[in-house]
Amino acid sequence: MMALLVLSVVVQRNLFVVVVLSGIYSFLMATVLVALDAVDVAMTEAAVGAGISTVLLLSAIHLAGAEESRPLRYRLPALLVSIGVAAALVYGSLGLPRFSDPAAPIHTHVVPRYIQDGPRETGVPNMVTFVLASYRGYDTFGETTVVFTAGIGVIALLRGRRKKKQSEANAEIRHDA
Amino acid sequence: MRDFFVLRVVAKMLIPFMLIFALYVQFHGDFGPGGGFQAGVIVAAAVIFYALIFGLPAARLLVPDALVESMMALGVLIYGGTGIAGMLLGGNFLDYFVLSANPVTGQHVGIFLVEAGVLVTVSGVMLKIFYVFAGRAKLPPG
Amino acid sequence: MVIMPLSDHYTYWITILLMVAGLYVVIARSNLIKKLVGLAIFQTSVYLLYIAPGKLIGGTAPIASAQFSVYSNPLPHVLILTAIVVGIATLALGLALVVRIKESFNSIEEDEVLVAVHGDAMSEDGDA
Repeated sequence: MMALLVLSVVVQRNLFVVVVLSGIYSFLMATVLVALDAVDVAMTEAAVGAGISTVLLLSAIHLAGAEESRPLRYRLPALLVSIGVAAALVYGSLGLPRFSDPAAPIHTHVVPRYIQDGPRETGVPNMVTFVLASYRGYDTFGETTVVFTAGIGVIALLRGRRKKKQSEANAEIRHDA
Repeated sequence: MRDFFVLRVVAKMLIPFMLIFALYVQFHGDFGPGGGFQAGVIVAAAVIFYALIFGLPAARLLVPDALVESMMALGVLIYGGTGIAGMLLGGNFLDYFVLSANPVTGQHVGIFLVEAGVLVTVSGVMLKIFYVFAGRAKLPPG
Repeated sequence: MVIMPLSDHYTYWITILLMVAGLYVVIARSNLIKKLVGLAIFQTSVYLLYIAPGKLIGGTAPIASAQFSVYSNPLPHVLILTAIVVGIATLALGLALVVRIKESFNSIEEDEVLVAVHGDAMSEDGDA
């Protein structure tokens, strides 16, 4: 179903439909993530992808126009490049560990220490929380700074040009009439 | 949107529950899925919901621009402050086990503080971005 | 011999399909907002790329509890939490730029914006 959604996003030209489809896609991705036991990530993806992202895209469409014009003339090279990249990635993925292989390097490198010693050392049952906030707290500090920087960037780009108050708009209409 | 009676009543009933749910997600992040980011987005979503139903000026009265902008910076300050507190008390930057007599309690205190910082920053930034986008006037065509 | 990797690696192939679809939207569509949506699709496929190998069949969500002994790997979850939040940060900044481009050039189609920026000499050579 997600493949169908994505293909319709590619083809669809009405941007409002594209935004709604991307919200549905985020929800589907959140359920897939729950099936993969990633509950924290699923909650974040549902809240962010289907909530904030959709709101921002809708306000951008309101400000910038809701219809995509006719596609580019040279679409075939892009399609060939995409298929070539897909073929290379599929060939590369054959060397990766099988799905759910307990001996894969991802499970044997540093994570056993987090799983075994973590709840005892920090007293917090949720492993994602204590890895995020305690063992990898520096990365989370960087992420908070990135969010802060994005907020500052948006303020710097879009400062000014407030919507006129309704009373001012009425005064203008009366003045022009 | 203000004139639709059902929407107004349902919004007034739902928004307190959304805020309480955000606090639940924040503080229960230790025992179940959750944490600062999810809670911050839910807080911002609750205020955005209020702004959609009652209008952006009403939301700006409720959560003024100055408060939102200071929230953005305050969260990062709390996070960095926790790290510096760790340094002042004898450990390295962002060491939590020095924050209390018992190292496990210190971890609890440290994780609580940094998640609070993340909550404040994320909710402030999401709300500010919404204010800026929604408050911008559309340019007339041509 | 071909059937063996078919059942073991199918998660990677779904990921690759989503990734390439997102890539196609980014390089082959000229509307800037559509490109940003394509970039978001690309990013979610990367989340899948990281989290799928961490799953252990028979494991459970990584929350320590006395009833379970096998947990799915929590490390990719941490990395992807950061990635999701950074993803909306870039989306917000990208949309702010799109709004400013629209106000400056009155269009968000890439070829029209390029013509407006570089003048008519570019349009004689075909699409830039």
